[in-house]
Order: sequence, then structure tokens, then C-alpha cells
Amino acid sequence: MYIKNNAQKKITVFLFLLPSVAGLIVFNVVPIISALGLSFFRYDILKPIEDMTYIGLSHYRTLLSSGELRAVLTNTLYYMVMYIPIIIVVSLLLASMLSRKFKGVTVYKVLFYLPVLTSWVAGALIWKWILNGEYGLLNQFLAFFGIQGPSWLTNRVWAMPGIVLASIWKDSGHFALIFLAALIGVNKSYYEAAEIDGAGTWKKFSRITLPLISPIIFLVIIINIIAGFQIFESIFIMTGGGPGNATIVIVERIYKNAFKFYRMGYAAAYSWVLFIIIFVVTYIQFKFKKRWVNYDS
Amino acid sequence: MTLDKKKKIKKILFYVIISIIALLVIVPFLWMISTSLKGREALRTLPIRWIPKDITLDAYKEVINIPNFSFTRAVFNSFYLSIVTTFVSVMSSAMAAFIFAKIPFKGRNVLFSIFLATMMIPGSVTMIPNYIILKHLHLLNTFTGLIIPFIFNAFGVFLLRQHMASIDDAYFEAAAIDGASLVQIFFKVMLPLSKPALAVLAFFVFAGTWNSYLWPLIVLTDRAKYTLQLVLGTMSTRFGNYEHLLMAGSIISIIPIILAYIIIQHFLEEGLNLGGIEG
Repeated sequence: MYIKNNAQKKITVFLFLLPSVAGLIVFNVVPIISALGLSFFRYDILKPIEDMTYIGLSHYRTLLSSGELRAVLTNTLYYMVMYIPIIIVVSLLLASMLSRKFKGVTVYKVLFYLPVLTSWVAGALIWKWILNGEYGLLNQFLAFFGIQGPSWLTNRVWAMPGIVLASIWKDSGHFALIFLAALIGVNKSYYEAAEIDGAGTWKKFSRITLPLISPIIFLVIIINIIAGFQIFESIFIMTGGGPGNATIVIVERIYKNAFKFYRMGYAAAYSWVLFIIIFVVTYIQFKFKKRWVNYDS
Repeated sequence: MTLDKKKKIKKILFYVIISIIALLVIVPFLWMISTSLKGREALRTLPIRWIPKDITLDAYKEVINIPNFSFTRAVFNSFYLSIVTTFVSVMSSAMAAFIFAKIPFKGRNVLFSIFLATMMIPGSVTMIPNYIILKHLHLLNTFTGLIIPFIFNAFGVFLLRQHMASIDDAYFEAAAIDGASLVQIFFKVMLPLSKPALAVLAFFVFAGTWNSYLWPLIVLTDRAKYTLQLVLGTMSTRFGNYEHLLMAGSIISIIPIILAYIIIQHFLEEGLNLGGIEG
């Protein structure tokens, strides 16, 4: 658009960008740098800021040498290994059903989306009750088939699968809509051509749909790896990191160290470990996406 | 079997399968409703009763009058916070998006790239320094402190910029020729033309704020300022075995969001496409 380059334009540009840029600097740029700085100090939030003591890389050394970080990463990996394949399959299935034209499609869309709208606090409360060992809905359902269900959230092995189950319920509607947008974008003429060649539903899906939406699948996997490192509310409400340390994860550690144990510096070190992990994942995504997936559509 | 019949059976089969899946999705909600209508003694009776023997609304009455909290106050707080945050965040995003979409200036692309790059920064990394910043600004335990970081919303700027860039320049040129200032063009031309995108963003910010837990948990310490999610979260540790109360509280917390979603559903579908979800 042609705009005269005068003082009025300059002032408008400045004022219009001011709220965002100020917020960007004060609440994003400054914090990310000061989090790094903070991680080299011992700092108790309850004490005056003058009491901060510089301890160099000590927090990072503690992090790497204590078994806690390993437990945190193992738990996170355990979560992702279960969660990611299931969420991809389930949300793709939902999306491919919703991509058909049928009566009542909007109703189903809304139903599938209900858990996404629900807050994690409410969602976690529901699932805590469903996963209750004795009176929970799930174990009562399993008992119907003669299966004795575990006491999910208080069992070291089964706590994380319980959280995965709740997360699949919570998130699949969200990713289904993303896949749905991708499926709608696939050129219909490919299917028509394949049908003439006698391809069945599965062939069409595996040979046409899957390759064509592979960039979106890749994107959803990356999104979920990044989100997987940041799960918090589900864990915090459902298990609080327990039993023992079976479900401790990074953000839960950041919160507890900073606001329960008042070890701000140590928590900041944790948060920078998280930042580096996410940076690396994002970098890999940028670097390699062209090689891994098919982009001609 | 005729081809027609085969088609019909296929169609019925499809409905059966999708309905079973939908049922699996909503069973937790049905269970929640069922539990909330039970009395305390009925919670732990087996076998499970989907329709309680004595249906009662006591759980709702009890949760609203729960001791040490003000549940109604929390509902008000949640509404207040969500509405103000939505307004602040959408307004500030729209202003920045307008500049990025339509007004060229030196360094625009670099600045926009920086905006996008910040989407990568996890909230849990900036959380601790932000807490310390608020502490020094004496904004801890205030709604202002809770809201102010959301004045910058990279996703919002991105979403609105995509939409605004697609609006034809002719609309503005006409206004500019008539002597309208940029501010007038923004309010009188840009915002009305961006209604669907604004509605989508407003919904996302509203829902995000309504459902948020960790940030309010850190910032707010005064019980009178607690949001619904905070009250629910605290209840879960203090009344862990009173599932009928927890479920009643959860239902109350979900209803406003579902209503907002139904109102905005039409815009959302458009919005998902204009959001440009691409690899």
C-alpha cells in the first residue's frame, strides 16, 4: 500500500508496535537472558536480592551428576514413546472420518473437540477419578472382562500410561482438526485417478494420502516432541510427580524448585536445559524437514 | 447383494464406528455429570450406577459454598481476567499485525522474524525471571501483573498479519485518498474487515486464559483473587476424596468455554484455514 513517508507515519508505526515490542523485550528477551544469568547463582526468592551468591556452573554440575535429571528425561521419553504414535494414529483416524461428507459431521466435530476445550485441571480431575484403582470407571470396565486393572496413578509402572491415556483423550481432537485441514487440501483428482486404476480404501490412504500429508505429520510429531518436554498440568494434578519419582518431569521440577524449595537459581538452570533441548529439536526441524518428507503437492 | 444395498450397509457401519468413538470421547463427561449428581455415600458403591439412585444437586450447592474459598468470586475473577487479557492481547496484536501487513518500514522483516522466533521460547523458561520482574514492579498477587506479559502475543500477531495481508490494498487507498489517517484506517477499515480472524484469536486467548493454571498459580497468593482453575486445583489436594464436589466444580468451569466455542464455531473453521497451517 502506498503511504506517504512522513512524520505522521513514523509516529503511528512506533506507537502501534510499542505494546508488542515492549512486551517482547520486558517479558521475553530480558527473561530468557536473565534466566541464564540466574542459573549461575544461588538465589532464594524469600531473601533480599543482595544475598545472591555466584556459584558458576555448580547448578549444572549438580543437575548432570544427580540421578534426577536422568529420571526426568527417562520419564519424559517413556511418555513420548507411548503418546506420540498413539496421538498420530488416533487423530489421523478421527480426521479421515471427519473428512467424509456425511450428515451430522459438525456434531461429531464438536464432540471430538470437547476435551480440547476442557481445562487440564478439570480434565486431570476427571481422569484421576476414572483411573481410581478400586472405584474408577476404567478398572470397573476392565473387570467386566475379568481383567484386574492396576491402581494406575499410584503404581510406578502404570502412572505414566495413565497420564498418556488422559492426554490422548484431551489432545486428539486438536490434532484431528489440523490433519483434517491437511486432508481437505489433498487434490481430489489423485483419488479419482487411483479409483480408475482399481485402488481400494487402504491403498488410496497409504499411497496417496499418507505421502501427501507427510509434511503435516512431521510437523505434528515435532510439535508433540516440543510439547512433550513441557507437560505439566496433567502430571501436577494427577500424580504430582509420584509415586516416588516415577512421573517427575522438567516443568514440574522447575516449579517445585523455584516455588516450593525456593531454589530459583537451580530452577533457572533446569529451565535453560529445557530451552536448549527445544532449541535443538526446532533446529533439527528446520534443517532436515526437506530431506525427510515429500513436499510436492 | 445389490450395489445400492452394499452402499447402505457401509454407511450404517460408518455411523456405528464413528458413534462408538464419539461415545468413548464423551464417556468421561457423562461420568463427570453422573458423579456430580451423587451424594457422598454413593461415590464408593459397587457396581457402578450411571444414574444415581438419589439424584441430588447437593454437590453443586456445597461447592459454591465451600469453606475457605469463594467459589462465586473465583468465577467472577476468571471472567474478569479472561476478558481483560483477551482485549489487551488482541488489541496489541492487531496493531502490530496491521503494521507488519501493510506499512513498510526499515527493519520490518527482521523484527517480524524475531517475533516469530519467540514462539519457540517455552513459557516455563521465562516464568522465573518474569516472576522476579513482577516482584520488583510490586505487581505480584495482582491481576495487572498476571495480564501484562500477554500484551505480547507472537502467535496473535502472526495469525492476524496473515489475514490482514490478504485484504486488498484498494480498501485502504480509497480511505487514504479521502484523507484518512493511519489510525483512522486501522479502526474504520482494517478492524471491521478482520472480524473473523479477530474472533478466532479472541476465542483462543479467552480459552487459554480461562484454562490457564501454572502462571496464575505462581502470581496469585491471595485466595480472594484465585481463579476457578486455582480453586479446583487446590480443592483436588484438600478434598481429594470428595469426587462429587470436584466433578461439580469442573462442570461449572467447562460450561462457559463450551458456550463460547459453540458461538464462535463458524469463525473457527474459517480461521483454521486462514491461520495457514503448513509445514
